[in-house]
Amino acid sequence: MTNTLRTKIWPVLAVLVVIIAAWYAAALLMNRTLAVEEAARKGEVLTTGAMWLKAYSMDKPLLPAPHQIVTEIWNSTATMSITSKRSLVYHAWITLSATLLGFGLGTVLGIALAVGIVHNLAMDKSMMPWVIASQTIPIMAIAPMLIVVLNAIGISGLLPKALISTYLSFFPVVVGMVKGLRSPEIIQLDLMHTYYASRTQLFWKLRFPAAIPFLFASLKVGIAISLIGAIVGELPTGAVAGLGARLLSGSYYGQTIQIWAALFVSSIVAGLLVFIVGGIERLVYRMMGARPEAQA
Amino acid sequence: MHWVNMAENQSSVVSAKNLGLTFQTNDGPVNALTGVNLDVRKGDFVSFIGPSGCGKTTFLRVIADLEKATEGQILVNGTTPEDARKNRSYGYVFQAAALYPWRTIEKNIALPLEIMGYSKDEQKKRIDHTLALVNLTGFGKKYPWQLSGGMQQRASIARALAFDADLLLMDEPFGALDEIVRDHLNLQLLELWARTNKTICFVTHSIPEAVYLSTKIVVMSPRPGRVTDIIESTLPKERPLDIRETPEFLAIAHRVREGLKAGHSYDD
Repeated sequence: MTNTLRTKIWPVLAVLVVIIAAWYAAALLMNRTLAVEEAARKGEVLTTGAMWLKAYSMDKPLLPAPHQIVTEIWNSTATMSITSKRSLVYHAWITLSATLLGFGLGTVLGIALAVGIVHNLAMDKSMMPWVIASQTIPIMAIAPMLIVVLNAIGISGLLPKALISTYLSFFPVVVGMVKGLRSPEIIQLDLMHTYYASRTQLFWKLRFPAAIPFLFASLKVGIAISLIGAIVGELPTGAVAGLGARLLSGSYYGQTIQIWAALFVSSIVAGLLVFIVGGIERLVYRMMGARPEAQA
Repeated sequence: MHWVNMAENQSSVVSAKNLGLTFQTNDGPVNALTGVNLDVRKGDFVSFIGPSGCGKTTFLRVIADLEKATEGQILVNGTTPEDARKNRSYGYVFQAAALYPWRTIEKNIALPLEIMGYSKDEQKKRIDHTLALVNLTGFGKKYPWQLSGGMQQRASIARALAFDADLLLMDEPFGALDEIVRDHLNLQLLELWARTNKTICFVTHSIPEAVYLSTKIVVMSPRPGRVTDIIESTLPKERPLDIRETPEFLAIAHRVREGLKAGHSYDD
């Protein structure tokens, strides 16, 4: 326990303290001019102390101070009903549901493609360049077109956003699973050959279990970019609901604190999702009898 | 014609006539095996010995249908190696234990049984039986990493014994283990062979190991891989470890060494 404290918690806390200190310094530097100009318009002259207070408490600062963001998050989560249109919990849930749907679809699609690539020579020769090409297109460019096209054929709401998550998250799963399904050593494949095992048996008894560590590495990347995909998918919908909508409306009205609060919530959600995938990974590893210190 | 003759010979488990295998590589053809004539009879313990590149592992892999011969004929249990493999008529033990790390020892032994469609009850019976054969009773619930290298290799032997194959093909199974563990496992392997009446083909590069274990020693040489001598052992079936200091043992070991020398295995 004390070991965990020393090796895991302290280093993280130390970095956090440095970041917060740097943040306050940057907020002061960036907001100072704004504060001084505002005071000059009102014909006031600010003392140094008053200038500091002002820089850290503006309504629309260039860079909000950390405590302003925390206060905004607190006000828009704990102090209001989660069904309120101004609640960040409500918006986070909208984005999260698209993220999870897209991630699920992306994982299934990724695994299916990898299985095809490993088992079918034609797919092996033809698919990979297209899979890679799909990721070279900027998601910001393709997202609005996808949303518009899907809207035109009557698909709107959750699914278009989820499909953008799918578009991003299938990629690490394909790459990881192709490598994972091909990871068994020759000696293990020879062994199955001597048993005259069928392709199905070879897959379920050797290839798939051997690919599990690769799958989880991919899922951790996939779940985080699924969230990004869902947020990007919300931007062109005209800012109705979701964390992306909060970012968009924040930038329309220069509400920097609102933007930062939404950004913080999205990174907290992403962190939680990766943490949950990591927890499932540890659980699966334990069920598969991994050596305790070999766990990721 | 002679195919029929060979098939008629029921007690012949492996029968090779003029067997050859040439690998096509980027540097041109490599003659891994040439002109191998050999008859392995039921209940034999045959060792294949020779330096690396002599084709001993290749020959074992041809028996197992892991490689295809390019010349001559070979029958395994009276059929082609491919049919023998499809009939699951041999168990193969590799140089490394190749246990699946995500399966317990008993689940590893169950692997071929699951693939071959044995019932759950039958699986359990066979797991208990083979664990006892290799002296691993009580270790069934352990994962491979919890066992020593020697125990892992014994588990892989148990896995090869679990289904009804009368032929056991072993490719340097104890090559990676230290000499004390190897002595111990050699003794256990002889006991197991006596108890199960299996036919065993055993690849090794240790002269004492080959002489100690075998009823028949096949001495092989490289470039091209070929058989230079086949020695029928005169040692009794009962073999304590210290039989290795008797004049009879040393005489056979000497003949193996002469066979290796004749095949230029000691040349630079």
